[in-house]
Formats: sequence, structure tokens, C-alpha cells
Amino acid sequence: MDAFTKHTGKVVPYDMPNVDTDQIIPARFLKKIDRVGFGELLFYELRYEEDGSPKPGFILNQPQYAGGTVLVSGPQFGIGSSREHAPWAIQQYGFRVVIAPSFGDIFRNNCYQNGLLPVMLDAAEVDTIIARAQEIQGYELTVDLEAQQVTDGHGLAASFDIDPFRKENLVRGLDDIGLTLQNEAAIDAFESTHS
Amino acid sequence: MAPKTMFEKIWDAHVVREEEGKPSLLYVDLHLVHEVTSPQAFDGLRLNNRRIRRLDKTVAVADHNVPTNDRDKPLTDEVSKAQLEAMQRNADEFGLEYHDMFSEKQGIVHVIGPEQGRTQPGMIIVCGDSHTATHGAVGAMAFGIGTSEVEHVLATQCIWQAKPKTMEIRVDGTLGFGVTPKDVILAVIGKIGTSGGIGHAIEYTGSVFREMSMEGRMTVCNMSIEAGARTGMVAPDETTFAYLKGREYAPKGEDWDAAVERWAALRTDPDATFDTVVTLDAADIQPQVTWGTNPAQVLPVGGRVPKPDEFESSQEQGAVEKALAYMGLNGGERIQDIAVDTVFIGSCTNSRIEDLRAAAAVAKGKQKADSVRALVVPGSWAVKQQAEEEGLDQVFTEAGFEWRDAGCSMCLAMNPDRLAPGERSASTSNRNFEGRQGPGGRTHLVSPPMAAAAAIAGHFVDVRELN
Repeated sequence: MDAFTKHTGKVVPYDMPNVDTDQIIPARFLKKIDRVGFGELLFYELRYEEDGSPKPGFILNQPQYAGGTVLVSGPQFGIGSSREHAPWAIQQYGFRVVIAPSFGDIFRNNCYQNGLLPVMLDAAEVDTIIARAQEIQGYELTVDLEAQQVTDGHGLAASFDIDPFRKENLVRGLDDIGLTLQNEAAIDAFESTHS
Repeated sequence: MAPKTMFEKIWDAHVVREEEGKPSLLYVDLHLVHEVTSPQAFDGLRLNNRRIRRLDKTVAVADHNVPTNDRDKPLTDEVSKAQLEAMQRNADEFGLEYHDMFSEKQGIVHVIGPEQGRTQPGMIIVCGDSHTATHGAVGAMAFGIGTSEVEHVLATQCIWQAKPKTMEIRVDGTLGFGVTPKDVILAVIGKIGTSGGIGHAIEYTGSVFREMSMEGRMTVCNMSIEAGARTGMVAPDETTFAYLKGREYAPKGEDWDAAVERWAALRTDPDATFDTVVTLDAADIQPQVTWGTNPAQVLPVGGRVPKPDEFESSQEQGAVEKALAYMGLNGGERIQDIAVDTVFIGSCTNSRIEDLRAAAAVAKGKQKADSVRALVVPGSWAVKQQAEEEGLDQVFTEAGFEWRDAGCSMCLAMNPDRLAPGERSASTSNRNFEGRQGPGGRTHLVSPPMAAAAAIAGHFVDVRELN
């Protein structure tokens, strides 16, 4: 897993509540058996016409947001299905960070497993970011995981909470399984006392 | 000893390692695997030369992709076929028990677990599927995980979890005629919203759940995730024990007696408290129909589709406008005037024998509307066989419904069963998200009797008003 410490990048403001994982990646694309190729399928129904051409109105098809790496959206982002293909698609499109007022629990866990940083900010702060991204050409955010802070060079300085365990793993790019296997003696002991 | 909730008792009994302020490492008693969320996990094991730690606590089944008819013919979908073949290869290579679509133990993963007695009270159960909370109906802590976590559990039989808060959802009173467990959980979601349960473990309490059958409790727990909660559970009681007794993987003889004693002690202590408490009165719950594009956008069948200006914030108004546009509905229209094209009776929410009996009771001796396509997809081979022994397949086929083989089917349209763009369904499944049942498809979630009634009338009707 790639380590995450600090990232500066262009914001893509997707001002929508309840973005469920079926919207992020429709079920029919979950049939792939490898981990790659999901970036072009991100938000498929919203992003493409039936003939596969881009829908001009959709945010990812607007030229001013091309190359965005920080996705900002409304509350309850990533609710629904447990499909890890959702963070894979977001990450493989090029995003490093997703910012929203709240997240679906399983989606958030899945982000951590892949080095994609989910950042929860107050709804008012998210609204500010979305408004600025819509107004200011090339609007960027800096997300500093070690300092747990989001800044924009226009006066915004928003701090966020993150579980210290998740933070450490992200900063060090640690694989959970390797970490758990360091506890193998404890697992053996549990198994020997619980038949 | 401090009083504990059932959730806390189960949690505490599974801690392998804990440290203040960090997630705990929990032991997993049962890991259910299916073909969609596992191939990349097996790749990870292979890459790191890892094995499955406990084959005896892991079982795999094909459910999401499998066709529900013509199984004797080759699969028409090459990509589905490749995924099912990968599941078989992985099972063979790692020595994993696997039930393909020709196995008599095949079915939707959340139907076969309890049905075979693998799902037991007090267990921690995980599966790479968000509807895993279904198994909480027996008094287990069951939750959905992602593919990286599937790999983690395969390799270590453990999972890191931050302790959620606890939530009690209490429904007292008696449900009215025609009101089902599906209506109860839809009403709960309508009340607390899609985020009400985020970060919480739910326990469903009160007379309604005490009096509910096991299968009804499964329907309720199944949709905990639609209220945002990864897990939901009901305390084990005589109903639970009677359900499990004699099932293939349930304890037998002396082990059974010891297990029942242990299970009975799981229930929440009288003085234990929950972080959040939600109460509903059973008498207020009517048959429900969703009108929008998330399960909280739901109304009693006698209602009218809302207008955007009935909502306060501009964000809510925008969301309602978007949902109405997607659903092809106008604010103010009566739910019962909405015509449906397809009726789907199935899914891990509502495909068990009681669901099929309830739908068949409505369909019996009637004919579906000419304009409607109606599918009945049993949750497992065992459910299908039981239904056929009871003659339910006859009832459905005589009423013009299609009788299919077991699988997830049109709940998420990974197999050939799907809605065409713009097509509208009455569905007993769990999600009415945009495109869930096929690109452009429009889903209304209802109970099995309400779905059967809509198939016959060609539009939504109040099942309580039928003869």
C-alpha cells in the first residue's frame, strides 16, 4: 500500500448527498477478477451516455476539473454495498483524498485498506470548499495527514479526526495482514482456549 | 460486574488483542465467501504465499452471478462465467468448501448460513457483503467487510475493528394485519434515515421482535446497513433455539444443551444502557413503499409522492427533485396510482419460505396483470425444494409468475435478470439506488405480499384491502 503523508491537489466538487457505492461503481462491473481498470468505470451511469460518450454535464467531464485529485461531496458518501471496487475506482481515477461530512462505515474502512484518505469535515466547511471549487479556477487543497489539517491558501484551515491506528498505517503504508501476523501467538492462544 | 448489552458480551468474548484508543483484533467464528468480492483476496494470498488459516470456519458459495434459469446450458455471460470459474479454481487451490450452482447447499450466502445451522448465537460472522447483518437475527455479531478484509480474515481468522456505539431500536405493540417485518424495517429506516445507524451496532428489542419469526428477524437485521449500521441483532430466545435445533451444523446432544445455556446468557442485561435509543409504535406502521432512490425515501402505501417544496433545506429539495426525475414521478401523485412493469420476489431480504408463502397467499387463484413480468427467485435450493413440496411453485406459475432457481438475481442485476432502462419494479429486495436493478431501472421496495398484490393489479395496492 502507498504511504500517505501530505497531498496537494485540485478539488473536484461533487455537491450531492447519499452518493452510494452503486453510483460509484455499478454492480455489473464487479465481475472483473483483478484489481485494475476500475478508474474509467467510476460513476459510470452518471458519466457516460448509452453509446459510451461522455455526458457533458457531469462533473468529471468538465474540463476545469480534469486532473483533480481531491474529491469533495455531500453527507453519507459511500453508503450501501461493501464493494471495495468503489475506493479502487476512485483511487484509480486519480483521487488521493475524499472529503465529505460523513461516510458509509464499510466504504471508509475500505479506503483505509488502500491508502485512499477519507476526511470528515463539518458540513459548513465542506460547503465552503465546494463553493470555492466552483468559483475559483484550479482551486486546490492541501491535506496534511500528520497534522490532521486541510488548508486551501484562501484562509481555510480545517482540522479533522482520524483513528490513530488508521493514521499510523496510512503514514507508514503498512499492510494490515503483516501487522496482524505479528500477533500470531495471541491468535494461537485464543484458539487454544476457544474450541 | 457492570451490566452489558448483548453486543458488548459478544465483542468482549472475541478480543484477541486490545489497546486503549486503537481498534481491537477480534476473532471470527464464521467467514462466508462468495464469488464477487473474493478473487482479489485470493490473489493477495497467492502473492504472499499465505494459506487460509481456518478452513473449518470458512465456506464459499456462488450466488451473485448465477443464472436463475437454464442452468443446464452454458453461461451466456462470459465475464460472469470467468468469475465463477475463478471461484472454483480458488476453492480447489486453497482446499475451501465451495458450493457451486449445482450443489444442493447452494443459495444466497445470507440464506444458507442460518438455514444450514452454520450461523449461531454469540458468533462473530463476516462476509464480503454489506447484508451480512442478516445473521444477527440469531443473536450474532455479523457484519460486511471489503475485499482487503476478506483477505485478512482468510489469512488470520481475525479482523481489526473500532468499537461502534450501541443503538436500541425498540418496537412495542402488535403489528396490524398485512404489516410484515419488511414494513417494520422500512419504517425504521424512514424514521432514522440512511445515516441514523452509522457508527452503531443495533439491537432490535420490544414485543414486535420477540413475537417475530426467525425469518422475519432476518429480514429486519438484513436491512440494518440501509440505516447505516454495519450490524444489527436480536436476542436469542426460544424462537431462535427452536429454529436452529436439528439443523445440519447446529450442535447436537449434550453439546446442544450446553450451547442453549450459553446462548440464553447472551441477552442484554436488564440494567445495561445503549448510547442511542429509538422507539416506534407497532400500531403506527403501515405497509410501506419506497418512492425515491434510497431506502429512507419511503411512505405508507396510502401516501402521496412528496413534492420538493415539502422539504426545508435546498440540499434536501435538490435531492428530492433528482430522485423524482430519476424515478419518473411527479410530486403529489398517489403511490397506488404508480403502475409497475416488473415484480421481483427474492433477495437475501425476502426469499425465504415464509416470504414465498406470504406472496403465494396473495397470488393464489389470481392472474398477474398482462403488462407485468413477475419473477419469484427462492433464496436457496432448500427453500425451492420446500416451496415445491408445499405446491407454492404451482400457485405462482398458475398466476403467471416465473419460478426460478436460487441466487441474488434482480436484487443487483449481476446475472441476466435485470430491468431495462426506464422500467419500473416492485421489488422485495433491499436497495432502490439508481441503476441497482439495471441501468436506468426504477425500483420500489416492498414486502412480499405487497409485491404479489402489485403483480396482480399492475400497480401498487394496499394489500390489506384485498380479499
